[in-house]
Amino acid sequence: MALFFYAQILLHILGGIAGFLFEQHGEKANRLTHGLAVLASAAGILFSLGILLIGKPWALEWQGSFPVGALRFVANPFSAFFLLIISFLSLAASIFAIGYTREFQGKKNIALLGFFYNFFILAMLFVVTVQNAFYFLFFWELMSLTSYFLVIFEHERPETRSAGTLYLIMTHVGTAFITAAFLLLFIHAGSFSFDAFREAASTLSPVLKNVIFLAALIGFGTKAGVIPLHIWLPRAHPQAPSHVSALMSGVMIKTAVYGLLVFLFNFLGETPGWWGHVMLAVAILSTLLGILYALMENDLKRLLAFSSIENMGIILLGVGMALVFRTLHQPLYAGFALIAALYHVINHAIFKGLLFLGAGSVLSGTHTRNIEGLGGLIRRMPWTASFFLVGAMAIAALPPLNGFISEWLTFIALLLGCESVSPAMRFFSPLLAALLGLAGALAATCFVKAFGISFLGKPRSERAAHAHEAGGFMKVGMGILAASCFGLALTAPWILPMLGEAAKTLSATDISMTGLTQKVFLMSPSGSSQFSPLLIAMILSVFLLGTVILLRLTFGKQHVRIGPSWDCGMPGLEPRMQYTATGYSKPLRRIFSFLYQPTRRVELEDEGHAMLRTAQRFESKITHHVDEWVYQPLSELVVDLSRKAKQIQTGHIQLYLSYIFITLILLLLFFGGRS
Amino acid sequence: MPAILLSVFQLLFLSILAPALSWFIKKMKAASQNRVGPSLVQVYSDLLKLFRKNMVISETASWIFHAMPFVLFMSTFVAASMLPILGIRSLFGFTGDVILFVYLLALGRFFLTLAALDTGTTFGGMGSSREMTLSSLAEPALLLAFFSLGFRAHTLSLEGIVSYFASGSPTQMLFFTSLTFGALLIVTIAESGRIPVDNPATHLELTMVHEAMILEYSGQYLALIEWSHQIKQLVFLTLLSDLFFPWGISSSWGFLAFGLSLVLYLAKVFFLAFVIGWIEIHSAKLRLFRVPDLLAVAFVLAILSLLGQLIIGRGA
Repeated sequence: MALFFYAQILLHILGGIAGFLFEQHGEKANRLTHGLAVLASAAGILFSLGILLIGKPWALEWQGSFPVGALRFVANPFSAFFLLIISFLSLAASIFAIGYTREFQGKKNIALLGFFYNFFILAMLFVVTVQNAFYFLFFWELMSLTSYFLVIFEHERPETRSAGTLYLIMTHVGTAFITAAFLLLFIHAGSFSFDAFREAASTLSPVLKNVIFLAALIGFGTKAGVIPLHIWLPRAHPQAPSHVSALMSGVMIKTAVYGLLVFLFNFLGETPGWWGHVMLAVAILSTLLGILYALMENDLKRLLAFSSIENMGIILLGVGMALVFRTLHQPLYAGFALIAALYHVINHAIFKGLLFLGAGSVLSGTHTRNIEGLGGLIRRMPWTASFFLVGAMAIAALPPLNGFISEWLTFIALLLGCESVSPAMRFFSPLLAALLGLAGALAATCFVKAFGISFLGKPRSERAAHAHEAGGFMKVGMGILAASCFGLALTAPWILPMLGEAAKTLSATDISMTGLTQKVFLMSPSGSSQFSPLLIAMILSVFLLGTVILLRLTFGKQHVRIGPSWDCGMPGLEPRMQYTATGYSKPLRRIFSFLYQPTRRVELEDEGHAMLRTAQRFESKITHHVDEWVYQPLSELVVDLSRKAKQIQTGHIQLYLSYIFITLILLLLFFGGRS
Repeated sequence: MPAILLSVFQLLFLSILAPALSWFIKKMKAASQNRVGPSLVQVYSDLLKLFRKNMVISETASWIFHAMPFVLFMSTFVAASMLPILGIRSLFGFTGDVILFVYLLALGRFFLTLAALDTGTTFGGMGSSREMTLSSLAEPALLLAFFSLGFRAHTLSLEGIVSYFASGSPTQMLFFTSLTFGALLIVTIAESGRIPVDNPATHLELTMVHEAMILEYSGQYLALIEWSHQIKQLVFLTLLSDLFFPWGISSSWGFLAFGLSLVLYLAKVFFLAFVIGWIEIHSAKLRLFRVPDLLAVAFVLAILSLLGQLIIGRGA
């Protein structure tokens, strides 16, 4: 079993390096580096599935003579769950990449891309298995840096470089907080090993505990992209090559969920009540604002990135409820909420991965990400369109796809709050559930817009009119994920116990979760509800077929005449007369104008008379308050401080030497005095 | 066996009855305007005629356009099959709960709005955008109304909620629970596209929502869409009658009880249709950007209902 894991690691390392053998032959490097990544991921899937099915954890320890403790890896059902998601998504993304990176051939160094790509995946695998804070931070940093280089892979574009810089800054701010949290734990536990943290958890003082909680929340929250720490996510994710965007949005931000869960459930002992409330508040804010901003985006990949923020919010809603129930000592409900969160982790990885790959396929077929310039792609790219539609339906939480399953679980987890002893939760949890419903409906709107405007209707530009379909590898990559969207929905009653194992491992409580599934049904732990994805899928398909056949039998084959669309009697219906993406989201922009505060500017140029227009320019913008209220003042402050610091930086080496000398003396005085 | 037969019967009964409710409201409106209005046969023969007619389809249309009428019909029909109509048990009520019910309707709407964009006309885009906007706001109100009722009934299954309210004494109908009636009524009006949210009788571009989306449809497809729309309207009326006037709904599978329930059911839904029609006659269509306020009222009513129940206690 462990052999597969070694194979995975080895193949990724090989895949990372092997590309350089053929640096001059793009195609060979591409096949080698991504092919090996495919093999590695396949091995990883086998390994993690084995752990999940057998349930026996696997551990590897390398004692060495490191001052920070042994290098120890553990794959228990909880981390194997994350391993499985990472491996599965990288399998699909790597297959896709073989076709997708052809575009870069001759222009970019594919070996370099493959190097960072393989090591990026490797770093994520280590992050979710390593059991020592020091190495965790090392791999965390490796993951951040490799993904940074992937983000700026197409560094010729200035916006890519600035997005990369922002990402680098934000991810390090996050890492700083995580480091602080770990160091505080280290001071308390006296060791860097996770086991020591776990043992010392019960003796943490309340103040220290709260400080560590906040540091971890900010640190991992930055990586997860929760609002208001999301600023980098919608900028950086779209800039990376699409298969990397898929991995970043699909699994990289999930490592933050992993870290957060480990902190909350393992390192910090008993949970104070307000943690759950803070988590729920952050979660619902991210859910609603994430989807509201996504709605206003016309850049396909940015739209997807904002929707990732929404989905992180949905995941954290589950986590928040798990915390609330943990405080209230209702372990079964806590376990259920955790399962809902974990299920959404895997579902979001799959459908967001699929959508990013779909967007990549659109990008390589049309060379534009702007929805306004697309349209009618369903004719030129039927496969991509179908796959994207599946992803869009899944993310809009429509039955019978996987998105609905985890949304349903999250709904139930929230509504379990009605059964809790806390009066506040009894009121707020159904309200949160209704807001989740709002987010779900807005997500449906958002993806009707994304799919409808880009794939349906008539092409709005030359590029869209001459789009070409994705190649075989890309289709297979998307196809695997699209099939999983169905698979993960229909097999939910059998997946749930596996997630139950993962949740049990994490929370180290032995609760029976057998009541949560009954044959093909998913059950609410309070017995208030049941739902069978398999049955409903069968009923839907029977009715669909039934309607088609019955109509044919009753009325016979109909004669169909093809004609032009209704043009109100004035021939000459043009593609630019179609509704635009901006127009599509206009009603919501107006309704939520208190949030968006949209501004628009219309410039008209004429030749001396209003009737003789020569040009017309229209600009419409919405306000991102977090950027404006938090980050702009912050960046101004930093620039200001740097300018002040410049005054003591003269550039004379003598002066710097004297600074060092003075510091040394001060330190000696300070510490000498103490001893 | 009679259980299955009767639950299939009640589903078919609902589908067949659906156009009659539309006719009833039309007739009411006609009477209020001193017109005679269509006869009952008219609505059915209209549907039949459309089913028989050949179709003209836009050259821009893709397979989405062809799939939509079937998906819409299927999802509406399956949603209807989860609903107790004459008896307290429904055909497929056991497969899911109110959340599934709401999202099944969302599935149909998803395709409806996509198909509207498929033909590449402005009307389609306009209708699609408006429909999604309004339903995004109606959906949370609907969900919260359900949650508030489910909170009282301690269950989220439609059958469970209905049987809870049916078995309780009429005093069970507490003031706060009945606030959700207001919420659901507003959602019903929005979802079935009636005045003051949408005007089913118009083809005026400024006011169209539902009609704008299906402008390109003809023949059999149009018949399916129209019929689904009527079924959806009756589903919502049935929902209202199930939840707020459940008395008389048959809890056994006896034919006598079913017959009585049938008569009462007809009385209830026609009364509710009368209410909808009365509102339609007495109000003007709201401006598009006033509709969110109306839906916000629905949301607030549902919140109040929940809050009220929390304060005065949840009931057994």
